[in-house]
Amino acid sequence: MSILVGKDSRILCQGVGRAGLFHTSQCIAYGTKVVGGVKPGKGGTTAPIDAGDGKEYDPLPLFNTVNEAVAAVKPDVTMIYVPAPGAADAIMEAADAGIPLIICITEGIPTIDMAKAARYVQEKGCRLIGPNCPGIITPGQCKIGIMPGYIHTPGTIGVISRSGTLTYEAVWQLTNEGLGQSTCIGIGGDPIIGSVFIDLLKDFNKDPGTEGVIMIGEIGGENEEIAARYIKEHFTKPVVGFIAGRTAPPGKRMGHAGAIISGGKGTAAEKIACLEENGIVVAPSPAEIGITMKNLLNK
Amino acid sequence: MNIHEYQAKEILAKFNVPVQQGVVVNNGDEAAGAYETLGSELAVVKAQVHAGGRGKGGGVKLVRSAQEAKEVAETILSKPLVTPQTTAEGVPVHKLLVCPGADIEKEYYVGMVVDRALGPVIMASTEGGIEIEEVAKNTPEKILKEPVDPGLGLQAFQARRLAFGLGFGKDQLGVVCQIMQGLAKAFLETDCALMEINPLITTKTGEVLALDAKIGFDDNASFRHPMYAELHDSTQENETELKAAELHLSYVKLDGNIGCMVNGAGLAMATMDIIKQAGGEPANFLDVGGGVSEKRVTEAFKIILSDPNVEAVLVNIFGGIVQCDVVAQGVIEAVKAVQLSVPLVVRLEGTNVEKGRQIFADSDLPIITATGMLEAANKVVEAAKGGAS
Repeated sequence: MSILVGKDSRILCQGVGRAGLFHTSQCIAYGTKVVGGVKPGKGGTTAPIDAGDGKEYDPLPLFNTVNEAVAAVKPDVTMIYVPAPGAADAIMEAADAGIPLIICITEGIPTIDMAKAARYVQEKGCRLIGPNCPGIITPGQCKIGIMPGYIHTPGTIGVISRSGTLTYEAVWQLTNEGLGQSTCIGIGGDPIIGSVFIDLLKDFNKDPGTEGVIMIGEIGGENEEIAARYIKEHFTKPVVGFIAGRTAPPGKRMGHAGAIISGGKGTAAEKIACLEENGIVVAPSPAEIGITMKNLLNK
Repeated sequence: MNIHEYQAKEILAKFNVPVQQGVVVNNGDEAAGAYETLGSELAVVKAQVHAGGRGKGGGVKLVRSAQEAKEVAETILSKPLVTPQTTAEGVPVHKLLVCPGADIEKEYYVGMVVDRALGPVIMASTEGGIEIEEVAKNTPEKILKEPVDPGLGLQAFQARRLAFGLGFGKDQLGVVCQIMQGLAKAFLETDCALMEINPLITTKTGEVLALDAKIGFDDNASFRHPMYAELHDSTQENETELKAAELHLSYVKLDGNIGCMVNGAGLAMATMDIIKQAGGEPANFLDVGGGVSEKRVTEAFKIILSDPNVEAVLVNIFGGIVQCDVVAQGVIEAVKAVQLSVPLVVRLEGTNVEKGRQIFADSDLPIITATGMLEAANKVVEAAKGGAS
């Protein structure tokens, strides 16, 4: 089992330039059902799929607008690789077309654009993952994003992370410990993101195929603390946490106002203490995320 | 990206925020001239630097004559300004703002940021002019907040709520609302990450003015604001960090002796953490980003090695987008290009890792390889002590 995406998910790709097409090809090679791409001005044509594995794939049908794609190929998820200046617009176009799950990989989107897009998505009742994230994968079924597929293995551990490559690290450790994953989600590290830890914990709580969850946080903000309190109150499965940035200097301040809004909160030490207070086992080092989960499950 | 006070005031003024007037000068003679022009008996000479805490560092001085203005200006311009928020070397001062002395009755704080939970939010407090972080920490109820809809802007009723909340009466309501709405509009239209008026003052004659202003822009929005480049003052930034930023490498210098190069900010922070746990001290944070090419790795090495404290380097790459064999080739070419003289530990994982490891094995360079993060950290700490190289 899994959350949000699986083998029947029908994926649209917005942004099929060189990088977007490369990653889309990798997703298709993984077995993901990618049903179309959106490239304004190229509607009615197709894009060649070459995953570099010597296999032949059907070319990807292209559409001018998300609406056209929805009418023709009925996607239920979209992944966005549109470059930063147009990415928020792409998110809103997907939401307006009623695609229920929007995964935005693009990094470097202006914060004000994201504030507008996040609000728009919410009003349309859609869900957004990202931006500036590796995407989401249900191993063995569906890979949506830029993560290397082969490090994952199907199983019962859910992974939620603010980081990209640190997520790969944790997943690789799980795989090496013989612990497969139900679904892994990178939620992104930007100030404004579509889904936070608590949103996905609620999904994992309901998923009978998930037996434990890894939550990888970073310094800054309060989302880890909010998630920790939710876990203590409502979450029924074991959780292993990790917070990156224990050695990050307190300097590099965002000026007065940045510190005000957090009320001086957001250090790794504070987050780790909060996680532990709420019954979450915190991995002692980034090299011990997998083993910590294994030990917890064997208790 | 931060800008100077005088630049921030110019932007706010364009959005109908009344700001205290002033004259920007470059030397003592101009400062004396500015004193005469202003015609105020008491004037203030303010160093234009990006760091806060200018007053405590001697960068803000009261003057009572043209001669004094000239002398004070020459003193401030003569050396880097050291404040509680700068390094011990301080920051260079090239420009000064000369302002008339203000007859302050009361000081307020107004600021705006993008909060993770609330989105864009304007904040105001009656506790202006002082360490506002302390107010936030100890008496958070003294900070009023209004979330600002990024599409609609700050509504008039929200501005009134803030004005009344700060204790303003009917007479000043109009101008205070104009200031709040102007600030919010400026923030949204110029893509700010941070905007502050601290203090906003009322004078004994009933005027309301921005006495000081600070603006930080969202670097991600630079593509649609050519003015960012015009307002940028590179003399105010750390040279190495600036060079890294030009190469789109994210670099922060730290105090340790183990240089690190990692892809991804989270993994980079985690790598620093594990170096510390292994008994070492990281010399830097460096996120080399997605495209780990030979050129980028070479540039990253140069930046890491420009720090004389570095005694060993750890490269930790988890290849997702980037392939390990490409990284390995890049590292080898970079090591040759910079003639690396300190021990190098490389930990590679991800796409094409076997090919990558083979490339290191086949090279005749003294590169120490590791498979896990912990092994890598232990090896680099050992190497820095002179053990493994």
